[in-house]
Amino acid sequence: MSQEGNMRRVTAIKNGTVIDHIPAGKALSVLKMLGIAGDMSNPVSLVMNVPSKKMGGKDIIKVEDRELTQGELDKLSLVAPDASVAIIRAYTVAEKLEINLTEEVVNVARCTFSNCITINPREPLPHRLIVTKREPLELRCRYCGKPQDIDGLIDSLF
Amino acid sequence: MPGLITMDDLTDEEIISILDDAERLLPVARGELYLPLLKGRILGNLFFEPSTRTRMSFETAMKRLGGDVVNLGDVKSSSVVKGETLFDMIQMVDGYTDIIAMRHPRQGAAQYACDSAKVPILNGGDGAGHHPTQTMLDLFTIRRAHGKLEGLNVVLAGDLRYGRTVHSLSHALTRLGCNVTFASPESLRMPEEIVSDLKDNGAEVVETDDLFGQINTADVIYMTRIQKERFPDEDEYAKVAGAYKLHAKDLDVAKPDMIIMHPLPRVDEIHPSVDSTRHACYFEQAFNGVVARMALMCRLLGVEVPADVEKAGGII
Repeated sequence: MSQEGNMRRVTAIKNGTVIDHIPAGKALSVLKMLGIAGDMSNPVSLVMNVPSKKMGGKDIIKVEDRELTQGELDKLSLVAPDASVAIIRAYTVAEKLEINLTEEVVNVARCTFSNCITINPREPLPHRLIVTKREPLELRCRYCGKPQDIDGLIDSLF
Repeated sequence: MPGLITMDDLTDEEIISILDDAERLLPVARGELYLPLLKGRILGNLFFEPSTRTRMSFETAMKRLGGDVVNLGDVKSSSVVKGETLFDMIQMVDGYTDIIAMRHPRQGAAQYACDSAKVPILNGGDGAGHHPTQTMLDLFTIRRAHGKLEGLNVVLAGDLRYGRTVHSLSHALTRLGCNVTFASPESLRMPEEIVSDLKDNGAEVVETDDLFGQINTADVIYMTRIQKERFPDEDEYAKVAGAYKLHAKDLDVAKPDMIIMHPLPRVDEIHPSVDSTRHACYFEQAFNGVVARMALMCRLLGVEVPADVEKAGGII
């Protein structure tokens, strides 16, 4: 199916945010990272595993009536660093945003090491993962120093 | 507040200069000279898991320098059992003390405490993580024995996987130009991330399961205890542990000035017959914990160690 066809699997939105080029199968993780759950009132459309020339397969998310902030989008760098994001106003692309991988990923996911001090949910300091390598992505916990398993991190998202 | 959490918190120059300070403080550590550089300062000893040498040597170091110490005491009778977080505990002790020495079973606890505190934190061991004050006393011991660090062949042997002592030490040794060999059973090898860090920093690291093959070329053999509970059954433990036990007769091929170190406590890995050889250095190493920690506390509290300690000090 053509790229245009992909976009038409769901209807165009009037206002909101479109996140395209999410790695195939990661859309649910993206929703989780953005705190988008079934209890919100905005319509959310999601397509998964659609063909993509650039990526082979990809996922797309459209969130209506909500403009995601740069801070929210930067969280996605763990699972979808190359996703493209468009803010839609009155059916047209009003803004294009990029996902930035910051030097430190704060309060997005917990350290995956079972003996890390941060495993105690009552400890109040932020969960801080330091980016030690960008390509491929490698992170270490600021506190225990353990390298993080990225798939494991997705399971330990807040 | 800066503390000493891993050896990365110190530059190579700082390490050498702290070792120099420690050298000058030796007569104070031995009790031959009174030099109250830390008079009026209080050390908080927060040991959330058992410690003999580290806790006692911190306490001795502070008292030799004229300061005082408050202890957490038995964890079982502290507010930890009531569910107090480490963060809250640190807020409290921060207000009582000028510097904190801490050991905790969870990895990362020392960095966490450091991020929570205003006073400096000295990491006395966090889970299987780091133990940098031990590293400083180990470096001090090696340098005193050999007069240098660069170019020495250092063999770290035994449990390299869970032994936090060797984690911190291996980083420091390679930074300071030592050649490092890791001798351990397959199941207790140095963690991959540490080996890869060392290699990324340009160090040449040799890994082997043959300890005895290293004795003739080693300048230092650093033994660690292999813990029974790391093995699925007693037979497997006995087989592995047997390959990492040094007797005096094994040392016939050693260089005359080769030293054997051990963070202690030892169980069977160094036979008592080694104690009376010229190579045994582990008790001196344990004593050096006092002087190394004296120098570290002075540095972290911004107190300069006088160039002429004899002149600055008084008779006890």
